[in-house]
Amino acid sequence: MTLFILLFIPLIGGMLAWYSEKFNANLPKKIALVSLLCCWLPLFSPLNNIIFNDNSFALSQWLLNEPHSWIPIFNIGAHLAMDGLSLLLIVLTLLMGLVALSSAWHEITKRTGFFYLNLLWTLAGVIGVFLAIDLFLFFVFWEVMLVPMYFLISIWGYENRHYAAIKFFIFTQAGGLLMLLSLCALVGVHFQQTGLLTFDYIILLQNPISGDLAFWIALGFTIAFLVKLPALPFHSWLPDAHTQAPTAASVILAAVLLKTGGYGIIRFVLPLFPDASLILAPSMMLIGVIGIIYGAMMAFVQTDLKRLVAYSSVSHMGFVLLGCFAFNIYALQGAVMQMLAHGISTSALFVLVGMIQHRYHTRDLNKLGGLWSKLPKLSAFGLFFGIASLGMPGLGNFVAEFLILLGSFEQYPKLTIFAASGLILAAIYSLLLIYKTFFGQIKGPHDSKISDTNTKEWVTLLSMCFILIYLGLHPQPFFDLTYTSLTNLTFIPSNIGS
Amino acid sequence: MTYYASLLSLIPLLPLFSALILLFSKPNKLTTALLAVGSISGAACISLFLNFVFWQQTDFVLTSNLGNWIKIAQLHINFSLYLDALSLVMITIITGVGALIHLYSIGFMYQDKDFKRYFTYLNLFVSAMLFLVLADNLLLLYLGWEGVGLCSYLLIGFWYQDRDNNLAANKAFLMTRIGDTAMALGLFLLFIELGTLNIQDLQVQALSVWSSSNNNMANLCCLLLLGGALGKSAQFPLQNWLPDAMAGPTPVSALIHAATMVTAGIYLIARNSQLFQMAPDVMYLIAFIGTITLLLGASAAMVQSDLKRILAYSTISQLGYMFLALGVGAGASAVFHLMTHAFFKALLFLSAGALIYSLHHEHNIFKMGGLLKKLPIVATSFAIGCAALASLPFTSGFFSKELILEQLIDSGHTNFWWAAVLGAFITAFYSARLFFVVFLGDSKQSPDKQPEKIMSLVLLLLCFFSLFGGIQPSGIQTLMPKLNASGLTTLQHWLPIVLPFIAISLAWWMFKTNLFGKTITVPALQYFHQLLKSGWAFDRIYQVIFVSPFKFLCQLNKSDIIDLHYRALEKISKLLHKKFSQFQNGKLRCYNASLIIFCVLAFAWFIKGALMS
Amino acid sequence: MIPLSWIFFLSLSLFTIGIFGVLARRNLLFILISLELMLNAVVLLFIAGSRYHPTSIANSDGQIMYILILTLAASEIAIGLSLVIHMYRQHHHLDIDKLNQLRD
Repeated sequence: MTLFILLFIPLIGGMLAWYSEKFNANLPKKIALVSLLCCWLPLFSPLNNIIFNDNSFALSQWLLNEPHSWIPIFNIGAHLAMDGLSLLLIVLTLLMGLVALSSAWHEITKRTGFFYLNLLWTLAGVIGVFLAIDLFLFFVFWEVMLVPMYFLISIWGYENRHYAAIKFFIFTQAGGLLMLLSLCALVGVHFQQTGLLTFDYIILLQNPISGDLAFWIALGFTIAFLVKLPALPFHSWLPDAHTQAPTAASVILAAVLLKTGGYGIIRFVLPLFPDASLILAPSMMLIGVIGIIYGAMMAFVQTDLKRLVAYSSVSHMGFVLLGCFAFNIYALQGAVMQMLAHGISTSALFVLVGMIQHRYHTRDLNKLGGLWSKLPKLSAFGLFFGIASLGMPGLGNFVAEFLILLGSFEQYPKLTIFAASGLILAAIYSLLLIYKTFFGQIKGPHDSKISDTNTKEWVTLLSMCFILIYLGLHPQPFFDLTYTSLTNLTFIPSNIGS
Repeated sequence: MTYYASLLSLIPLLPLFSALILLFSKPNKLTTALLAVGSISGAACISLFLNFVFWQQTDFVLTSNLGNWIKIAQLHINFSLYLDALSLVMITIITGVGALIHLYSIGFMYQDKDFKRYFTYLNLFVSAMLFLVLADNLLLLYLGWEGVGLCSYLLIGFWYQDRDNNLAANKAFLMTRIGDTAMALGLFLLFIELGTLNIQDLQVQALSVWSSSNNNMANLCCLLLLGGALGKSAQFPLQNWLPDAMAGPTPVSALIHAATMVTAGIYLIARNSQLFQMAPDVMYLIAFIGTITLLLGASAAMVQSDLKRILAYSTISQLGYMFLALGVGAGASAVFHLMTHAFFKALLFLSAGALIYSLHHEHNIFKMGGLLKKLPIVATSFAIGCAALASLPFTSGFFSKELILEQLIDSGHTNFWWAAVLGAFITAFYSARLFFVVFLGDSKQSPDKQPEKIMSLVLLLLCFFSLFGGIQPSGIQTLMPKLNASGLTTLQHWLPIVLPFIAISLAWWMFKTNLFGKTITVPALQYFHQLLKSGWAFDRIYQVIFVSPFKFLCQLNKSDIIDLHYRALEKISKLLHKKFSQFQNGKLRCYNASLIIFCVLAFAWFIKGALMS
Repeated sequence: MIPLSWIFFLSLSLFTIGIFGVLARRNLLFILISLELMLNAVVLLFIAGSRYHPTSIANSDGQIMYILILTLAASEIAIGLSLVIHMYRQHHHLDIDKLNQLRD
């Protein structure tokens, strides 16, 4: 029941938060905080096992496995399971949930109850996505995380929020529809081939379907995940959504929602369609590389800080795509590490932009400048996370990018050379961000009431710094944690590939 | 040995801890200075002690493991430090010169309100630099490599209120980043080819895997590594960030952009010398690039009017000498020149700093003049620095440059020898010009304050090293296979000794006839002067070839072409909506009419069908 | 007996006049009258059909339809007129081109 409890805590917490607004407008955020903290309780035992008893988990793929029946007539189960990969991503989700909560604490003043309901339900949806092992259940959670996010953007967003929210919704919904179709096709084909009607991932895994149809089904899944990642031709919802979303939603969006795409590829596309993904790999890597360069070039010309960070996300997630389809353990470990590191560094940048906007009421790069002389702490954090996003060794992003490029260099050296140019381009836009925002003279009259980071902001940002440094200097525990999942998942392609 | 190993790991960790303490605490200026200088001095003492321990030994190795970094499948990366003769020389220079410059900075930066930030960056830099030279694997080296790049960026842009400084910092970071990316690709290729990133294992593996010399793969790997070295050491295609990097505080220029960081490229090649031996084509390329750079830098230094830019171009040129030496296989003399250069160039920069400090941040040498009597200590140290730079006999620069020239002959590269001698001539010329213009002649501006005592002390110490630092460390003599000495002809022996004096006399004559600083009237010469002054116009070339097209391309796509497609989709559906919604106009008669028209048409169609059948 | 085609023709002309009235008139009252006209054209056709049918004695379906339609027309005009009166009270005119609030 542990996983179900984990899933229901934010759902129930969200309902409570909504209801409690009637009594006091400050109550919902406290309830949200408590329920987010409670979410750590179910994780206690697996984490405890891993930290103090680290040999036992390596033996079996699933740390926790909880199959339940749900709709028996179609053999749809409420099957949740957790392995190292999903544990890692859930920990990231919960951490970033706390960060989002911290950034929303003072920013959100209208309809607080409904806001925290949506925030917690999005998180619940994401947790569900990371845990669901039944494909139908996966799809349900995939949709569950969208709707609250739509409300978060369209109710609490900035000036052009409705457009952004609708764009976000249409893109992801189209991807979701494609996934539903391919999911049904997969189950249908599996039924034809084996006579067994099941939506269960573990069973489907045992008989990977083959043939032409498998390729199309794999493509359907992949595109659904590419939309979420977002990879190149489907990326354009992201800048709008990020720009208009309130800071908390941006954090959730960048830190965890995008990761579901990468997770989906690693968990479903690669193991379920080993042959098809081999065929897809070159084009997917090409898309990844184009995404890296295109995103970086777009980031370079943006004048809106949030848009700049959003396009840098496109560039960084290109690395994830590259790593996922490189078919070796270095690149896969790198892709997972990139998901973690990007989640933290980018959402930290969004938090910072939120703070700047809260203080100066603008996100326009040309109107900012010289913040260092007035807000040295905030600027130092900005410098740190800017440097992190350009891949400074010693921080998580570098380890990730290094491994991804190392892994993909083995098979696609030419593509990787282009991907590596992303390192230079990343430096260009990151330095531009730092240069325009923090250096130079302050523009316009400075309001002396604007203060540097308060304790809450300081603690939030500092802890994110430490996580990034830890990821960069001691990533080994994370590699060990996901090693079993990744080698188990990719043994077929890696044998064929090498 | 474990005792020494823990001492070894203390060397880079001391400055790191000090930087962290400075970052998270709010000490006053005295504590800051004590902490920063103390940590570096501690590291310097340890490295001196290690020097003492391994005195006269050449094949000692000391390792120390600080922990595991990455371990996936075949990829095993540790935080391991590796000390041998080469890295011992390097850490001695870094900590020694670093400690002196830290000490000097106390005086130089005391009035600055960001005193603490300065020392934090500086300590962080020293720590990264030490990790760079002590790393036992290329990934850790890369960490230090990027770390020093970062600190260089932070320190060039230290005075952030002036955006030009930050632009210079961005330029430095980006240009070195281009080289670094090539180097990263080199790491990937090396790992895939040789299965390891450990530097020592690489040398062994390279010998066994690429058995045939001049293997293409070996050339490619070395070429990629060379890319990193070119960026960091400001060599030919990537050299033009260094003059702009002078925007930082002068002690920073002395430490980072003269003595230590820019020599990282030389260290990288010397460290992987066996690897590079497998790639003779790349070695020749290194020598060639070194030659181009040394002439390019020296010629540009002749016409500059900014004090620090002269020194910067001179640094580029001297680094070219080291590359030249590396390229002909004379790694030991390259490292030797690195060492003496660290002394005399640090001395020159610090004296320049003292000048600038005394003269209200005046950088233009033609606004100085006649300062010999007013700033005697600075003048003396500047003179010694210039003498060493011009490699006048019995200064440290003389020994190292002579060694390089000699080994050029020994290795049979006479063309390069001529180029190097020409470079030495120009070097002596611009050093003399610099000294004469600044310190002799009419007084144009009088200093309003003497340099702080602590600064003078450091200058005197460095004078000592610049004069007598020409003792080649015994450890590095066996660094590279000794070339068979073929003996020099008389011309080859005396020409490099005599030429500097001729150059100085020429400079003296030109100074006396007031040729320096005069506006040039001959158009062709003026054009050439402008070309030299802009460092052979590389900035403009890169602007035209790379920067502008890139900016143009990005601006072109600012509204995101792909997004435009989606927006077009949206526009189309909106248009259709508009068209179709026109039918719903609320006019009953229109509805009726369309109903009737439809009925009539349907009826007609029905009848037609009935008639046809 | 007059030929059936004459009655057809009469009915068709009545119907067309009705259609024309519905389409061309803007006054709601006249539209209602035109509607009645169209109904009556159909009714005429029913009666003629019933009278000219070979089994006209036994079959009175046409007449029954006539009664039905007459009743329908009466109730329709009752509702229609009450709406018209209501509308006139609200808008003080019966121009249907101006009565188009349902458009959006």
